[in-house]
Amino acid sequence: MAASSATPSALPSSSAADAVAKLAAASVTEVTAGGSSQADDPAEAYEREHVHGVYEAIAPHFSATRYKPWPAVASFLHAQPPGALGLDVGCGNGKYLGVNTDVFMLASDRSPSLIRLARERCGLTRPDAPAAGAVSDLLVADGLSLPFRERAADFAICVAVIHHLSTRQRRQDAIRQLLRCVDAPRGKVLVYVWALEQGTSRRGWDQGGEQDLLVPWVLKAQHQHQQQQQQQQPKKKKEKKSRQRQQDTTSAAKDQAPDEPAAPAAPADGGDVGGQGEGEGEKASAEPSGQAADPVFQRYYHLYRQGELEEDVLAAGGVVVESGYERDNWWVVAANGPATPPGQQQ
Amino acid sequence: MKVLTLNFLTCAVKSCRTSADSFPLHPKDAELVSDDVELNPQLLVNLLPRIDWNALRTTATELGFPTLPEQPPTPEELQADEKMLQDLHKLLMETQISEGKLVCGACGHEYAVREGIANFLLPSHLV
Ligand SMILES: [Zn+2]
Repeated sequence: MAASSATPSALPSSSAADAVAKLAAASVTEVTAGGSSQADDPAEAYEREHVHGVYEAIAPHFSATRYKPWPAVASFLHAQPPGALGLDVGCGNGKYLGVNTDVFMLASDRSPSLIRLARERCGLTRPDAPAAGAVSDLLVADGLSLPFRERAADFAICVAVIHHLSTRQRRQDAIRQLLRCVDAPRGKVLVYVWALEQGTSRRGWDQGGEQDLLVPWVLKAQHQHQQQQQQQQPKKKKEKKSRQRQQDTTSAAKDQAPDEPAAPAAPADGGDVGGQGEGEGEKASAEPSGQAADPVFQRYYHLYRQGELEEDVLAAGGVVVESGYERDNWWVVAANGPATPPGQQQ
Repeated sequence: MKVLTLNFLTCAVKSCRTSADSFPLHPKDAELVSDDVELNPQLLVNLLPRIDWNALRTTATELGFPTLPEQPPTPEELQADEKMLQDLHKLLMETQISEGKLVCGACGHEYAVREGIANFLLPSHLV
């Protein structure tokens, strides 16, 4: 399995590429050694710092910027038959729950803070649960160790999640996990990731560029209070907050607001793929006065080049049903391949 | 966490996947709450084929609900049986485990449920 091609780059985030090159080397050893991920997997530790820790720390701010469903995801959900059982892996604040109230959604995320927010958002904490709460449920789980029983679901979505995994092996494993949980051969999995090819956005990333990046999130002052309240809740012992104060705020400001669609059709909410909100983030970077006090968190991203997502689906034992590009993101609808009998998958 | 959800969950430990004992997970010290959810007969009828009936019978008994029939109703039967619809709706959609643990019958690992949220993150030695 070819390691992802890390091309040299002048981007400030080349440290991410260096780190990832080491992780890829480490995980090759790991795979030959036994095929399963290990407790002290360096890739896991890296993601703990540059993905999980960040989302725990920015959860309320992140959630506040995320409420508009991506069109391709919404239409996938609406295409499901009534009574279908769906999974939303890496559901974040749960913005896709209740989009189609004729299906039941089981949603998971690695971040307990985001799951708590999603639960409030869906009304699951209220006895008079509104539509979303009546047709969905939430739990905390790791995308690489999903607790759903084999073939349990009719479909799954995984939006802006897999690009946070720091080795190709782990990204393919995540797709394999999704495929394992849906019916075969009919069950469909929609995967949505950030694209390297973003020629029309002002982020400046495009074909041939660096694929492994650290992308800053500026936690705005007005959200820090909210954040602290969140962190004062019980059982939040090992919060790792606001380490990683950004060394280069200029580049931070420039790269801010990635995963969100910059599309004219999207209002200032920021869509969602991946992470940062266009509206929120841009505002943050446009107010130099606030910047000194606003902590910056670095999230790891692997930007997918054209065709790479389809390759990963095939490597995971799946087949590509449909694929496309939408506002700086690649997406694919995958199904289980004929050669993957249940029980034989990881 | 709804009782319906429990019917789709198994142990997150990889080595438990091949073990029949890892499903369903067994509630322990479970505190139950009941939500008021509007009955949606069509959703229940359509979800029926996705439900593992034997596992649901086990869960219902373990949670102290009346014993379910040995065989699941057919969609037509369920559609026509108001009482069965009400009972299943109450069990699957309205009943939530708010606190407690879910125990794997294969490896014995206990997953905590707090404030209605089950946590399936594994300690590093089980990943
Ligand atoms: Zn187990």
